Amino acid sequence: MAKTFRTSWNHIRRSPYQSFAAIFIMLQTFFVITLFAFIFVGSARIINYFESQPKVTIFFKDTAKQSDIDALESQLKATGKVSNMRFVSKEEAFKTYQQWNKDQPILLDLVTADVLPASLEIATTNIDDLSSIAQLVNASPIKDNVTYPKDVITNLVSWTNALRKIGIVVIAFLTLDAIFLMMIIIGIKVSHKRQEIEIMRLLSATNGYIRWPFLVEGVSYGVIGAVIGFITATSILLYASPFLASYLGDASLIPTQPEFLLLLFAGELFVAVLLGCLSSFLAVLRYLK
Amino acid sequence: MMITLENVTKTFGTGAIALSDINLKIDKGEFVFLIGPSGSGKTTFLRLLTREMLPNAGSIVVNDVDLVKLPNNKVPELRRKIGVVFQDLKMLMDRTILENISLPLEMVNMDQKDAQVRIDEILEQVGIMDQKDKFPIQLSGGELQRAAIARALVFSPEILLADEPTGNLDPTTSWEIVKLLQDINKAGTTVVMATHNADIVNSLLKRTIALEKGKIVKDTKKSTKAQAPKSNK
Repeated sequence: MAKTFRTSWNHIRRSPYQSFAAIFIMLQTFFVITLFAFIFVGSARIINYFESQPKVTIFFKDTAKQSDIDALESQLKATGKVSNMRFVSKEEAFKTYQQWNKDQPILLDLVTADVLPASLEIATTNIDDLSSIAQLVNASPIKDNVTYPKDVITNLVSWTNALRKIGIVVIAFLTLDAIFLMMIIIGIKVSHKRQEIEIMRLLSATNGYIRWPFLVEGVSYGVIGAVIGFITATSILLYASPFLASYLGDASLIPTQPEFLLLLFAGELFVAVLLGCLSSFLAVLRYLK
Repeated sequence: MMITLENVTKTFGTGAIALSDINLKIDKGEFVFLIGPSGSGKTTFLRLLTREMLPNAGSIVVNDVDLVKLPNNKVPELRRKIGVVFQDLKMLMDRTILENISLPLEMVNMDQKDAQVRIDEILEQVGIMDQKDKFPIQLSGGELQRAAIARALVFSPEILLADEPTGNLDPTTSWEIVKLLQDINKAGTTVVMATHNADIVNSLLKRTIALEKGKIVKDTKKSTKAQAPKSNK
């Protein structure tokens, strides 16, 4: 085995430009894979965050009776689309107001519980049910105002879906590029060693003996490319995370948790080994027939 | 019987007939000269014995193994039992003589110490111990032939095929190589040597198979057997 690694290292060392090209294409592929993985996971978390928030809030008129509110709640439950509801009384609204403005006594003096409306926060199971629930509460005679972040969520979902599609296409093309380029590079190396391979076969070398160093070489390119690509993309994310956190308002939405990063890295290493093996195997296969 | 060929025919894609209806038996421990002009089929004959190619018809049995039916994954095993000294030597020019000779042993993952012992034995036997750390380009023709023979012997094969091992050598060196092959034969190895060198063939009085246009035109063993009953009468 040590001999196999030594032979692979010699292959890499003796044609540095080809080796650099192979590592570079792998680096590009895994850099893009890592970036899109961050985008996929981050956007999924942002959507989940919005989905888990009360999406429709109905503010009641001061004249609204508790029985009317209860009736509306029952009506909403009956739709089967509501995952969660929370009634916020005037007093609770005032407490929240106090909490938010605890450092501004003037604002606290001006407002009392009577000024604030009672409200009902409604979360739907599916984000697509948002509009129908909003329509339903809008028709209620006890509503004063209805708010829901329709445009934000709709835009976010469509952007995320578009990004996912673009990401999948880009990754697929880059992966194919990487496989073909690796096949060409390792194919050139095998071709240069054709005479040596022929002699080895005549001296009783098995296909495995000839193939292994090239497989190890392909896997090395994959692993080196994956490691550098991952480190580069992760460094960019970590560098940008303070800015992103202030923009999103919640640092946990950014996928910088060590568990996630380790899992992603392990997954990329696995893919790198597979890609390296596959491309070398295909390259050598042509010459071992 | 070490080597048996029955009705073996080999033609190439161009239509050229390399061997035609060859029937031949070589016993264990024999020393056989294979002679004939260039293009007579000598090299094809040797290449068929190592499964470098398959015949178009007929059967080839080496040491009870039918080469025509031998699966591809068993070919390396066969080649470990048949040492070959190639006409063009096929040495790896970027490796030292020691590395060239130890290459087949690396292929079977032989323990490094055991490999070293075996290589030292072989180098001693062929007489190039002093040259082991040199590259092929630094050796003379005779020394290179010895190195090629050493590599062919590294697995202690039962059969040694030598394709014109004296082709590019001066008469003195040629005789040294033939003497070496004779010693190997005396140790029990079956040797088949393709050659153009009439002096060597005529002097040694070994079995000689002459090929011409892919056919056996003379086999001294057969003629000896054919003549034997007559002389008895």
